[in-house]
Amino acid sequence: MNLHVSADIWQPVRLTLELAALTTVILMIVGTPIAWWLARSRAWWKEAVAALVAIPLVLPPTVLGFYLLVALGPSGPGGALASLWGARTLAFTFPGLVIGSVLFSMPFVVQPIRNAFEAMGEKPLEAAATLRASPWRAFWTIAVPLASPGFLTGAILGFAHTVGEFGVVLMIGGNIPGRTKVLSVAIFDYVETSQWAEASVLALGMVVFSFCVILTMMLIEKKMTRSAS
Amino acid sequence: MRLMRFVAAALCAAATLLTSASAFAASANIAVAANFTEPAKEIAALFKAKTGHELVLSFGASGQFYTQIKENAPFAILLSADDERPKKLVDEGLGVADSRFTYAIGKLVLWSKDPNTIKGEETLKANAFNKLSIANPAAAPYGAAAVETLKALKLYDTIQPKIVQGNTISQAFQFVDTGNAELGFVALSQLMPNAGGSRWLVPQSLYSEIRQDAVLLKASAGNEAATAFLTFLRSPEARAVIEKFGYALDPKSGT
Repeated sequence: MNLHVSADIWQPVRLTLELAALTTVILMIVGTPIAWWLARSRAWWKEAVAALVAIPLVLPPTVLGFYLLVALGPSGPGGALASLWGARTLAFTFPGLVIGSVLFSMPFVVQPIRNAFEAMGEKPLEAAATLRASPWRAFWTIAVPLASPGFLTGAILGFAHTVGEFGVVLMIGGNIPGRTKVLSVAIFDYVETSQWAEASVLALGMVVFSFCVILTMMLIEKKMTRSAS
Repeated sequence: MRLMRFVAAALCAAATLLTSASAFAASANIAVAANFTEPAKEIAALFKAKTGHELVLSFGASGQFYTQIKENAPFAILLSADDERPKKLVDEGLGVADSRFTYAIGKLVLWSKDPNTIKGEETLKANAFNKLSIANPAAAPYGAAAVETLKALKLYDTIQPKIVQGNTISQAFQFVDTGNAELGFVALSQLMPNAGGSRWLVPQSLYSEIRQDAVLLKASAGNEAATAFLTFLRSPEARAVIEKFGYALDPKSGT
């Protein structure tokens, strides 16, 4: 293998990390209340909402990509939003990719946090309530620290899943270097045009990254079971 | 035990069906450049009616197919969007040398869904749009022709930030079709039925001729359906379809 790799392979890496980081932050903010509600609510239609959140687990990314392409365009809500700053569409933009990634990685963040809240049970919060802690304070001082492994798992999975996203980006990204050309699309491009060296470097990087993610997850889980016993 | 017997019987029946079907007709997998999607479907239907041979068509970017064929993808024929890649396949010993011919000459068109958007090259010069859609120039010859056109008009540097790329010419078309890009360079063949909107047929002087070559792949040189299809592709019947979709023809390729 020749190691004459063009320098522009790092741009997609940086863009992907930015996208994954921003998506993870948004998902932590949006996903936590959803997970909290799913863990605590007694509403009969709760599981329907849970199923809706989990749909991207089984939906082909192309389905989401297709709907997003229509929804982000001039005739959809995305176009209306984009017109606020004079654009016509949210497709082919970094914000458009963020919207797609948030929807696509939602289950990976919500599920572990929900599980952590459920595993915590009622008792700690009841105890806090008898000590006159406000629900808000009980949430931040009791629930969040107790569910921290769930938060960590959700953040890692959400981040990793966004890094690996391909189908959605391919359909709404438009392959613009520096703005929507993420890692997975760059690898696809390099393979399409027979640039094996660049493809190999990025692909190997992805394998190492994925291995580290899975290993980290396993170690967290091990630690959790140890502290639980 | 009864289940076993049932499965065996079913397998026998399936095998009989398969062998009897293939006794009458062969089948072949054809890799078709995305711009030729519609004509290829039509020609394959005519071909099947005439010979009984079944063609399995795959559509994609020429560059992608070239890469896959180099990795022994099970295609019998490549209908490329250029002459470059079929030539390379022959040089690399994967294509049958004397099977290569130009089945169509592509036409590039600037298209918008809005009837009043495109007036001609001045639309590009006026630069009053947000997004221009093209196919990925590295993998799709129509994308390369679009870039050539912009460079010939000395507009590439100004317009470049507004370019969005589809993986194939089909995706470039879809970006315009969904309204996400106001205009885009597509293949004339994609607009044939009656796409409406406004269009500018790019003069041939602005980009190098898109000579679309077919090549038979060595691994399938003995495939009866494949060789029959290449012959059929040169016939007046098939050429009438190709012409109907707005392609020019190379007079040397006819039979």
